[in-house]
Amino acid sequence: MADAEEAGATASNEPMFLISLALNEIVFVRLRGDRELKGRLHAYDSHCNLVLGDVEETVYVVDDEEQGDEVKTVKKQSEMLFLRGDSVVLISPQQ
Amino acid sequence: MSAPAPAPNGAADARDPSGFLSEIIGAPVTVKLNSGVVYKGELQSVDGYMNIALEQTKELVDGKLRRNYGDAFVRGNNVMYISADS
Repeated sequence: MADAEEAGATASNEPMFLISLALNEIVFVRLRGDRELKGRLHAYDSHCNLVLGDVEETVYVVDDEEQGDEVKTVKKQSEMLFLRGDSVVLISPQQ
Repeated sequence: MSAPAPAPNGAADARDPSGFLSEIIGAPVTVKLNSGVVYKGELQSVDGYMNIALEQTKELVDGKLRRNYGDAFVRGNNVMYISADS
């Protein structure tokens, strides 16, 4: 549990423990503003600041040219990124 | 005259909101976020920031299922309420 200790000694009965278990695993992150990230969790802290590797960002956008409110997805790839915690809504370890 | 004795534990729990949360650990709950998104799952744990860990979670948008999660961590600042499902 050395990794979890470094990140601030999370007890197993605290929600952050779930994130400590996901270190070096693939996680799904839902963000504010209809955005999602999927990537390998390299680091995190108590603010939910995250460092992710091999990231795919998905943005859901409403296409104005289409009739009706058709939602399109835009995907972006990134080798490594630091995410500021305040935009995090949900983090889920992928099986 | 001396002040009334402190209420017994049970009554103190009833007045302390976090007492309610610790009572419903392990139970199925509904969590509503400020964005209107609803999560339904089994409550694993809650902390002082109202960060929440859920198991077997369904994500509902406008009442429609959008996604399922095995385990989910919800950042506390997004939470509007946590309700124990009856």
